[in-house]
Amino acid sequence: MYVATKGGERAIDAAHRWLGDERRGDRTIAELDVAQIREQLGLAVNRVMAEGSLFDPDLAALAIKQSRGDLIEAVFLIRAYRTTLPRFGSSLPVETKRMHMIRRISATFKDAPGGQILGPTFDYTHRLLDFKLMADGEAPEALRSEAPSAFAPHILQLLDDDGLMEQLDVNDDTPPDLTREPLEMPAARPLRLQALARGDEGFVLSMAYSTQRGYGRTHAFVGELRIGTCAVEMEIPELGFSVEIGEIELTECETVNQFTGSKSEPPQFTRGYGLVMGQSERKAISMSLVDRALRWEELGEENVGAPAQDAEFVLYHCDNIQATGFLEHIKLPHYVDFQSELELIRKLRREALQAQVKEAAE
Amino acid sequence: MTEQSYNFAYLDEATKRMIRRALLKGLAIPGYQVPFASREMPMPYGWGTGGVQVTAACLIPEDTLKVIDQGADDTTNAVSIRKFFERTAQVRTTETTTEATVIQTRHRIPEVPLAEGQILVYQVPIPEPLRFLEPRESETRRMHALEEYGLMHVKLYEDIARHGAIATSYAYPVKVEGRYVMDPSPIPKFDNPKLGGNAAIQLFGAGREQRIYALPPYTQVVSLDFEDHPFEPSKAEHACDLCGSEVSYLDEVIVDDQGNRMFVCSDTNYCTTRQGEGHTGRLSQKGEAA
Amino acid sequence: MFEAEILSGGFADPAHDRARAFRACLEAMARPGRVQTITGAIPPAPLSAAAGAVLLTLADETTPIFLGRGHDTEAVRKWIAFHCAAPIVAAEDATFAVGIWEDLRPVSQFAVGTAEYPDRSASLIVECDDFDRHTVRLSGPGIETSQTAFLPETDAFVQNAAMFPLGFDSYFAARNEIFALPRSTKVEAL
Repeated sequence: MYVATKGGERAIDAAHRWLGDERRGDRTIAELDVAQIREQLGLAVNRVMAEGSLFDPDLAALAIKQSRGDLIEAVFLIRAYRTTLPRFGSSLPVETKRMHMIRRISATFKDAPGGQILGPTFDYTHRLLDFKLMADGEAPEALRSEAPSAFAPHILQLLDDDGLMEQLDVNDDTPPDLTREPLEMPAARPLRLQALARGDEGFVLSMAYSTQRGYGRTHAFVGELRIGTCAVEMEIPELGFSVEIGEIELTECETVNQFTGSKSEPPQFTRGYGLVMGQSERKAISMSLVDRALRWEELGEENVGAPAQDAEFVLYHCDNIQATGFLEHIKLPHYVDFQSELELIRKLRREALQAQVKEAAE
Repeated sequence: MTEQSYNFAYLDEATKRMIRRALLKGLAIPGYQVPFASREMPMPYGWGTGGVQVTAACLIPEDTLKVIDQGADDTTNAVSIRKFFERTAQVRTTETTTEATVIQTRHRIPEVPLAEGQILVYQVPIPEPLRFLEPRESETRRMHALEEYGLMHVKLYEDIARHGAIATSYAYPVKVEGRYVMDPSPIPKFDNPKLGGNAAIQLFGAGREQRIYALPPYTQVVSLDFEDHPFEPSKAEHACDLCGSEVSYLDEVIVDDQGNRMFVCSDTNYCTTRQGEGHTGRLSQKGEAA
Repeated sequence: MFEAEILSGGFADPAHDRARAFRACLEAMARPGRVQTITGAIPPAPLSAAAGAVLLTLADETTPIFLGRGHDTEAVRKWIAFHCAAPIVAAEDATFAVGIWEDLRPVSQFAVGTAEYPDRSASLIVECDDFDRHTVRLSGPGIETSQTAFLPETDAFVQNAAMFPLGFDSYFAARNEIFALPRSTKVEAL
């Protein structure tokens, strides 16, 4: 005898308890604590902060623990928490030229004021598994040379001073806020950059890669990539001056792109820009390539129909929380709709078969 | 964090105000999709975040809430959403359609006609009826502005040319008050006739797509069709095997390895109410219905 | 005026009172011409309790308000600033407009939305003494057959409905009652 499934609530509770148990894993192995994740899985923490749009390494580490290392799930936890936070105000724009850098490289100049700083990078490591890490190998401490000059001008500023860089329309307008207003097309550059900054690293990477392979080619050089910490300041109206409320780690990338000029502009270099929370250089470089590709219209370039030139396509699909929710929702019951499809297919088949029979008879 | 640390019905007041304004615009322009700044909810996009935000913006402490998915109160996602509002809004909940003042639904309209004083909130995945014909939002918005719905008629007509019938069985597009073409959410087309002339307020929320739209009571809603191929609501040609209803929408259930089927009402409250009233179906056990 | 008057008169239990007041607005907009009770606000005169409640429910710093001449008093401005934080603006920039009908005319000064975004339009909150004298018959979405109602004028609303889907939407307020007239409603003089 068929009985409609009851007890959904009990099933849900049991499933979640099981999930918690699986998360803990083998109880003879020491449990990870949040501080360990924060300190030792820092790049995962950074990605969760960047795509979660919330700079809080402890909460990001907690989210990674809670999500069993599923970073998109962790981003989701952070986003859902973030929306419940009251907004006390807006900070002043962060001054990346006053970044305290731990890494800074330029592919366009051999050297520049402030120097090249390799910093903590995977670049030039040989990708060989280090079995010492498996055997409790203690890592030697970093050699800390004297601190690099804390502040260095942006390298592209040097080209700027020569008049070789495009002049940007810089203004103090408050940019639109993607988290408070619905995304609407056409989207101006501040909104596009905002969406890309919290966009999925994999998606933005693939879009950037596609421009390198010819789908909307922009001839990008990494003018400068810098990683470090910046002070966040807020103006306090009652005090009449701004105070530092903390500092955040940022990765900033500026690309230099060839531009052959247009009716109104002489040949010059243009730029793509990427700015991401935490140490996320793959994302920052990707973002600057996609940013540049999306600027075809304002630069009077040709739209070759490349995916990365299509702002509507890129912006509506770069958010992994929207994407994963909708993708995974097809797990939910759809049997009402499926039933109506069944009825329709049966009806169409019946009619098609009848028509065949009739044809054969004639 | 305890439930008490969240605001009534979870959303903060500023967010509710923004959603409420969008709902009122939606009612004033029936069938038009109002953009709204959908918030990230503690449940995934695509799982009812639009409906949840609309319900949260509408609920008052005196409400009685019913949540259904596929017509049933006990499907897991319905259970999860109902529990969310029990926690965050402390409202009474019910499975009885006629007792509910707010009903959040996914994919069905209850069988029992709704009444004044009731609000039906639909969860909508893709609010744009033209989306599968034209993927660009900028383009579909222009088409609605110009009332340019030729593409939709061409699509439906191509169906007829190819299959002899319109091959859309759910999320069947409708025209509202002779103006906006609207997606009724993925309800089976069987439910389409209940959209028009309904005494209840019908509100539609699409969270991921950031759109809200609405049908005031007694709005004229017409399923798109052609004179020579009129719209036909359809259902399985069976009666419910548990309550005997011949007019309700049915789920088809495979009951054994031989592939035998049974048909039962998708609206579980409708079915159990009828069984309670003594109605029986082909597979009712003797005495069970009492 | 006393500061106390500005600071008071808001909702006593904001989340719940606002939810109830919104339901009154929702029912009103869904059923044009049908009068709803809306309570909880005690705004300074000449704002009615009903108009005050609508503002407390729907207005904030993102919704600029136009005040009709009679309503543009220091007390009303301060009350709105304190309770809603909404800026006071010229008619053409307003999301909400509050005043008696004579002070809101000509209504052509209000935003009616655009073809692509007809929702980018103004909502009028028209202060009335009462709704007793029915002057029009209404029909359209939200109305089963027809509904009679009081309107301060007929032509402006006939013209507004003719612009559908563009147009403004109106709430009529008297004491602690409101009814609404969306742009979708057809209006005929009785």
